Amino acid sequence: VGRYILRRLLSAIPVLLGITVIVFLIMSLIPGDPAMAILGSYATPENVERLNRQLGLDRTLIEQYFIWLGNIVQGDFGRSFSLNRPVLDEVLDRFSATLILAGVSLVTCSILGVAAGVVSAARQYGPADKAITLAVLVGISIPSFFLGMMMILLFAIQLRWLPVSGMYSIFGGGDLKDLLRHLVMPAAALSVVATGVIARLSRSAMLEVLRQDFVRTARAKGVPESGVVWRHALKVAMVSIIPVIGVQAGFVLSGAVYIEMVFQWPGVGRMLVEAILRRDLLLVQGGVVIVAACYVLFNLIVDVSQSLLDPRVKT
Amino acid sequence: MVALYLTRWYLGTGLAAAAMAAVGFGVTATQAQSPPGVLIVGQIAEPQSLDPHAVTAVNDFRILMNVYDGLVRYADGTLEVEPALATDWEISDDGLTYTFTLREGVNFHDGSPFDADAVVFNFERMLDEDHPYHDTGPFPLSFFFSAIDEVQAVDTHTVEFTLNEPFAPFLSNLAYPTGLIVSPAAVMEHGEAFGRNPSGTGAFRFEEWQSNTRVVVTANPDYWDGAPSLEAVVFRPLTDANTRVAEMLAGGIDVMVEVPPTALVQFEGEGYTIHEQAGPHVWFLILNTREGPFTDVRVRQAANYAIDKRAIVEDVLEGTATIAAGPTPEAFAWAYNDDLEPYPYDPDRARELLAEAGVEGAELTFLVTEGGSGMLDPVPMGTVIQSNLADVGFDVSIRTYEWNSFLGVVNPGLEGQGDMAQMAWMTNDPDTLPFLTLRTEAFPENGGFNSGYYSNPEVDELLEKARTSTDQDERAELYREMQEIVHEDAPWVFVANWKQNAVTSDAVENFALQPSFFLLLHDVVKN
Repeated sequence: VGRYILRRLLSAIPVLLGITVIVFLIMSLIPGDPAMAILGSYATPENVERLNRQLGLDRTLIEQYFIWLGNIVQGDFGRSFSLNRPVLDEVLDRFSATLILAGVSLVTCSILGVAAGVVSAARQYGPADKAITLAVLVGISIPSFFLGMMMILLFAIQLRWLPVSGMYSIFGGGDLKDLLRHLVMPAAALSVVATGVIARLSRSAMLEVLRQDFVRTARAKGVPESGVVWRHALKVAMVSIIPVIGVQAGFVLSGAVYIEMVFQWPGVGRMLVEAILRRDLLLVQGGVVIVAACYVLFNLIVDVSQSLLDPRVKT
Repeated sequence: MVALYLTRWYLGTGLAAAAMAAVGFGVTATQAQSPPGVLIVGQIAEPQSLDPHAVTAVNDFRILMNVYDGLVRYADGTLEVEPALATDWEISDDGLTYTFTLREGVNFHDGSPFDADAVVFNFERMLDEDHPYHDTGPFPLSFFFSAIDEVQAVDTHTVEFTLNEPFAPFLSNLAYPTGLIVSPAAVMEHGEAFGRNPSGTGAFRFEEWQSNTRVVVTANPDYWDGAPSLEAVVFRPLTDANTRVAEMLAGGIDVMVEVPPTALVQFEGEGYTIHEQAGPHVWFLILNTREGPFTDVRVRQAANYAIDKRAIVEDVLEGTATIAAGPTPEAFAWAYNDDLEPYPYDPDRARELLAEAGVEGAELTFLVTEGGSGMLDPVPMGTVIQSNLADVGFDVSIRTYEWNSFLGVVNPGLEGQGDMAQMAWMTNDPDTLPFLTLRTEAFPENGGFNSGYYSNPEVDELLEKARTSTDQDERAELYREMQEIVHEDAPWVFVANWKQNAVTSDAVENFALQPSFFLLLHDVVKN
């Protein structure tokens, strides 16, 4: 397994390089450049040229790319001109915020989704199944940013139970309790859709497993029903549920962009949106590389855990 | 990195005590209420830098104007220049030499003295590419001072600027954020990180900048114009307008700027005050006078008659703008031509003119942006304009662009791109906008912004004269004449002048918006 992990990590390098090339190309294909973004209405050709020279952007794109690549190999992600700060500091700061949000959401939606799916499958066509199926359908259909805004209206403005936005209070706070209070709404809004998807797929995975022979055998041997469902069947069903969770991890990360905008969560998604609008190439690159690396890592974790659960999956 | 966020944050002992008190009752009333004396401002974005010479956004200016002073400033409620760090100045008869007497006994927040050498350092850092600290830039708006030939310290408290040509907007540019004076000692100490460690002479001193969370400034008790009443100001970046409104309703901020027009109604009841102030802003349509139907002045006038500006201003913008009469905003009171009447909404007159010109049913390509600095609500505004023009027989197709892409298409000129384009400008003097957008010399191929290729030798001459004259009355006369001609020639459709707005909670007193669109918090009280 160790060698497999190493091989997968090495194979991630060309993937990451490919992504940086694509980002570089896209950023060069869209009109407008950083100087224009900074100067706005004052972007005369003369001013743009002068500013690009000061920003070191007067070189060709290929030159810029290789300079960037050379620096990155030495761990230097450059300095963001739009934030006046080293890219790495900014990305790490922001990424830790996103990880907290996405991580909590992922754990929440995995536990709730699997539990709902299992209950649903065990009581197929019963009232619990119908209620859960309906709730899941509604959950999948509501856009998360809309849900977020509605939550703000209700819990922050009407009831005043929770803060509207941000990650910590402006006054006092700064402790774990404060963080959790700020985290409740964005994490909930972010997990709803993923919970629904996981619940649906867990239900069908469980239904399939519950029809298999070994389940009948277990029941025949007198194993209590809850033991059959939660211990025997779920363990087998997890083999097909885990890849779904892996895919949802990706969706949660990208969904975090909207949620971060609505709740002004200082995460990497919001950072990327702003960096793209300001044409801050170095910041976009730095952010994308780290997010992409994270995807690769998620997939790796999923594959490895799948092979640990199911000996038939070769590593 | 999580530890970074978990560290507690204190702001001097007094404030810490206040904060602790807030935590105390915060358990029931949530985070919301901030302590008296501390003002929380909801900004529209994270500042780019707190180096006034390095930034271009009004959003950043709102912080900077409270941390720094310039040699001169705009008098309260006007766009007229008055003394600030300079107590007095003299302009030579040829308009080439400006001699400033500097205020004595002023220190920067870092303790270093403000003197003539500091002023020289500021302008040389921006303008001289060989200056040792020029690399702490870039300085995108340094061309505001490109007329400066030399800056000299005559003695400790006298500075002399020599210009390479008479340049009337010079004083006004000095009052702009690009003319704010930074501490040379702090620049030397922090280098390119000065923008995150700013030091000026202003009413508030910089305390802390936590990325994407807050910028905190505290009162400067030694401020030359009297210590401010507030103890501290916290600027919070809230990029999403809906979230900004929600924070205001929940009490998470005390002041909110740039309230979306549709949200204003929520603040009309008790508990809030809505502030409005017309500014030096104009929103217009550039018409392509080089090719297509708008080469004919009658068609351009017809477009001005055809568009229902009142509907745009009152219904789309919910009263957050006024109707523009001509190219110069009314906020420049001294240079504004009061006799100018906006083109009335008169579709019949428009149809007549189009019939005369023989271009009924012409097809037009209309370039629209999704949003951008000063563009207000461009897509709905564009849609109204499209339907107004359709009413008089035009067939208008809209092409929409993201802001930077839009500038990339429009700034190089409309030839081959479209017949009309949205645009908005905000300037600090009446000179800049017409100079850059209405002169023959300012065609895009010459590096200007005259993207519609308007050319009238009479206007060229008036603008050239107005820019070099040092007599304000004479300049006013020239600008009034220019506005009349441009109004008649109609190279643009004159649409709206934006009224900046803000909402404050009842705890805030003495708050006023400025025509300059700067946010000045020196006199504000928070109970």
